[in-house]
Amino acid sequence: MQDVNWTALIIFLVLFALITWLGFAAARWRKGDLDLLHEWGLGGRRFGTVVTWFLIGGDLYTAYTFIAVPALAFGAGAIAFFAVPYTIVAYPILFLAFPRLWYVCHKHNYITAADFVRGRFGNRWLALAMAVTGIVATLPYIALQLVGLQVVIGGMGISGTGYTGDLPLVIAFIILAAFTYSSGLRAPASIAIVKDILIYLTAFAAVIVVPIQLGGFERIFAAVPPSKLLLATPGANTIGAYGAYATLALGSALALFLYPHSITGILAASSGRAVRRNAALLPGYSFMLGLLALVGFFAIAAGVGELPEFAAGFKQFGNNFAVPALLLHSFPSWFVGIAFAAVGIGALVPAAIMSIAAANLFTRNIHREFINNAPTDRQEAQLAKWVSLIVKFGALVFIVFVPSKYAIYLQLLGGIWIIQTLPSVMLGVYTRWFNAWALLVGWAAGIVAGTAMFVAANLAPTYTLEVGAFTFPGYSALYAVIINLVLTVILTPLFNLMGGRPADETIAAEYRAPLPAA
Amino acid sequence: MNQQDRKRTDWSWWHLLFLVQFVAVLWPPFYNTAEPSFIGMPFFYWYQLLWIIIGAILTAIVHFATED
Repeated sequence: MQDVNWTALIIFLVLFALITWLGFAAARWRKGDLDLLHEWGLGGRRFGTVVTWFLIGGDLYTAYTFIAVPALAFGAGAIAFFAVPYTIVAYPILFLAFPRLWYVCHKHNYITAADFVRGRFGNRWLALAMAVTGIVATLPYIALQLVGLQVVIGGMGISGTGYTGDLPLVIAFIILAAFTYSSGLRAPASIAIVKDILIYLTAFAAVIVVPIQLGGFERIFAAVPPSKLLLATPGANTIGAYGAYATLALGSALALFLYPHSITGILAASSGRAVRRNAALLPGYSFMLGLLALVGFFAIAAGVGELPEFAAGFKQFGNNFAVPALLLHSFPSWFVGIAFAAVGIGALVPAAIMSIAAANLFTRNIHREFINNAPTDRQEAQLAKWVSLIVKFGALVFIVFVPSKYAIYLQLLGGIWIIQTLPSVMLGVYTRWFNAWALLVGWAAGIVAGTAMFVAANLAPTYTLEVGAFTFPGYSALYAVIINLVLTVILTPLFNLMGGRPADETIAAEYRAPLPAA
Repeated sequence: MNQQDRKRTDWSWWHLLFLVQFVAVLWPPFYNTAEPSFIGMPFFYWYQLLWIIIGAILTAIVHFATED
């Protein structure tokens, strides 16, 4: 391994100290009573359009995204660009369904999607299924943020033997856990602003400076092997790579805002209108992500994969080392420090929001519903704080003791699972037509079918559907949610025959902006 | 204006604008080619990057044209 890069390390530490201070100071920002769950876990629903933009952007475009998408371009080529159509179609979905979710949740003080499902469909078991799915899908996602952090720590030349090598990671996580505990959602919201500015700075520097060093885009793309430059044209009896590309984009987009951390970011906005505005403003991040995907090609053109000084890094982190290697190769140490801090802080923001989201789900939809249904406000907020700690340390233990490929498998499965909440949550904001038991059976069938497809595809997210001589490779999550929906639609009239429907505690007008007084 | 007149529908024809971006980016045969390239970038890449901007503009249009 290379020597410790002191200049980069010092700048990294200074920026880390800054956000640590910010994380604790955030408790006093737009001050609220942190003994109330909606104050700790949703920042008091006080974030306007701009802060929401930073918060959701910092939440969705994670450190792992910035490492893994270019790494996929570096290793597999054009298919990595599915992240671009993915984020393009995600925002109309945000625009259509989620301001409605915001309005109804604000009206009834719902803090999680499962709260909403409980109120809408009146079935605690369906709400439990939503909560468990959300928690289980979130945990490996937190663990993956640590992978992003590990890669940049390794990139600065810090390595140790055995578990001492994980010490920097442990320290970073203790800091994260402490400010999340004390400040709640206000901490990641304030840090997200710093993180996003650093990430934009890094992305634009990389996209301007590196192509100049390498002699322009023409030369960069000439260095990319032709097989990686475009999607493979499908053969006669298959939709081939086109099917995989489009279904990965669509399925990921449908799943994105169902994740608990996305919903937490959305519900923390101060109005449904702020959510709508953000559907038009958040593509600013998509553009940056698209540019960053190209960085994987820059890494191919710069030949960092063959340079001896990076051999150890690639051996340890695989293609995920492509971005750190390119940054080390192309920039002076002080800028490497800024860029690595951007990625490192970029890991902490989503990890904090994810742990808060999981804590909200456990507290509201498992503890309050099934264990103690009359906690005081203070008990409820206190429990959520403890759960956020436990969740984070669970992720830390996982990443220290279990090879990171398992976290990646579980995160891929998490996408397949979370999309199964689509009929209840995303369609639920439009219609009460579905029967709660039918939704529950559809959900279970989707989880089982999606998991089976993932296993049958050798732990990969694309499954090849065969109809006669024709094959349809596509994203398992999308196939599984279709099974889920079809089953729910068929079973709804049958279950309706079997018994009465519980009351819906929401009314249609609560899904829209309140009308001004006439 | 009485309560009856103020009853609003959830559907607006403006929402169909979203369909444009779905079709444009979810049908790879439209753009899976290297030419025409732009400042050395194959069509596949700059076409999709351009659609991020067009998509944002379309979303903004729908936002201003519809009520929440």
